[in-house]
Amino acid sequence: MNGKVKERYNMPVTILLICGLATIIFPLYMTIVIAFKQPSEMTNSIAGILSLPKTWSFSNFAEAMRVTDFWNSLRNSLLITGVTVVLSVVLHSMVGYAIGRNKAKSKWYNLAYLYIVSGMFVPFAILMMPLVKQTAQWGIANIVGVIICYVVFYMPMNLMLYAGYLVNIPVALEEAARVDGASTWTTYWKIIFPIMKPMHATVAVITALSVWNDVMTPLVIMSGSGMNTLPLAQMSFQTQFGTNYNLAFASYLLALLPLLIFYIVCQKQILNGVVNGAVK
Amino acid sequence: MKHANDRKRTFMLMTIPVVALFFAFNTLPLIKGVIYSFTNFRGYGSYDWVGLRNYIDLFQDGRVGKSYLFTLKMAVAATIVTNVISLILALGLNSKIRFKSTLRGMYFVPNILGALVVGYIFNYFFTYIIPAIFHTTSILASSTWAWVGIVIVCAWQAIAMNTIIYISGLSTVPEDVYEAGSIDGATGWEKFRSLTFPLIIPFFSINMVLSGKNFLMVFDQIMALTKGGPAQSTESISFLIYNNGMAGGQFGFQSANAVLFFVIIVAFSVAQLQFTSSKEEQL
Repeated sequence: MNGKVKERYNMPVTILLICGLATIIFPLYMTIVIAFKQPSEMTNSIAGILSLPKTWSFSNFAEAMRVTDFWNSLRNSLLITGVTVVLSVVLHSMVGYAIGRNKAKSKWYNLAYLYIVSGMFVPFAILMMPLVKQTAQWGIANIVGVIICYVVFYMPMNLMLYAGYLVNIPVALEEAARVDGASTWTTYWKIIFPIMKPMHATVAVITALSVWNDVMTPLVIMSGSGMNTLPLAQMSFQTQFGTNYNLAFASYLLALLPLLIFYIVCQKQILNGVVNGAVK
Repeated sequence: MKHANDRKRTFMLMTIPVVALFFAFNTLPLIKGVIYSFTNFRGYGSYDWVGLRNYIDLFQDGRVGKSYLFTLKMAVAATIVTNVISLILALGLNSKIRFKSTLRGMYFVPNILGALVVGYIFNYFFTYIIPAIFHTTSILASSTWAWVGIVIVCAWQAIAMNTIIYISGLSTVPEDVYEAGSIDGATGWEKFRSLTFPLIIPFFSINMVLSGKNFLMVFDQIMALTKGGPAQSTESISFLIYNNGMAGGQFGFQSANAVLFFVIIVAFSVAQLQFTSSKEEQL
């Protein structure tokens, strides 16, 4: 009796949850239909705004791509996110290894650990203005400066994740490699770095999501460089063509699409990564 | 011996350059920010030391005070709304439902979308759709209600994240706890309050810290929805520092504001950590 009850689905809750999805689907639906419509189809009534477009024409998208310089913005976003993720995985895991292996017995490494991790408490708002001056003075008020900033901003979090993960990797593995005559440097890259693969995935996912969607850092640092990231392109688009909503929504949809596709393809890795990053 | 030296040297070579990089792009600007806060720097040209002047002005400046009140009000409301809804959602998504993984996957979608673009989409929703349905004016145009719009948009995205964390918390609650509870005759709300909730308190505190801190630093949503208006009623602290510090010629003054904000964030984080660890010890 009891076993039978357990196997049954809870249909009322299922139905409630499916209804609740409307709050998520509606804004996306609205974005899609407006993006495909022509301004003449947009009447002031709800039906005019939310009905399906008469024809599914991609002309708004072509125009939005041209106006926002979509391919360049996309390339910049991909470049910034890609390089930041690679540098984070390489540098943060390396420093995570060096600090994680020594912080228990060395005062200095423990201090270095606390020093970097406490950086988590520093809001961007206080770094913003000095960083703008600094990157300009050092000639890196561009993509390079933005990438360096990201590598530094995500270091506290990632160091904590890597150092925490390292605790579960036995030192005996390294000692075995040492007996075979491998240097510490080789041991790290050949043995420890590959073992940390699950953590690399977590770090890559959370760093990539945060960097891709970040607005403030590129806004203040590379605003003078004439280069845009995908979110920044939406912002300059808003100020220039904000009233042509069909064009605007085509542009928003284009900006949302890369991550939506990424999410559909690697949903499992993203969910795992996000949970691991938050819970550990 | 030779190996011990190699190990030591390699560890140092791995650490020192990265720590130096961290210093150059985190600690150095932080120190500079504190220094600027004692000057009347406008962002260009020459400047003088003004001692504590900026800090005294900070507490007498109506606009700054208003932005702190708004940020706090918004953060508290959004944290409560987000956590209540995500907890309910997580309980639903953790029960025996059909299409479990699809539903979980769908409810997470808002979290991966960029806050700025989401803000622009909701801006349209509040400006055209809501008024057309209810024959009212847009809440974003009302200085009394615009903050509610910001809470809704912030919560819409944050709920996705917090729900996933609550789900991972609920999945750590062992089945037999419920069975024992059922024998004792515990039902529904009682079961949740006295059995489930105490077991997921660590996840509750993660969510409180995560959402609380993010909401205090809100920026993108303000940029997309109201740009601080109407009548400066929705200027968050980050937005004010950006707006007046970068373009408004208040570089020095807003640096002082940023220092104060930094102190508040640190105090908030430390308090949260203390609270969390004392709660966990009790369990």
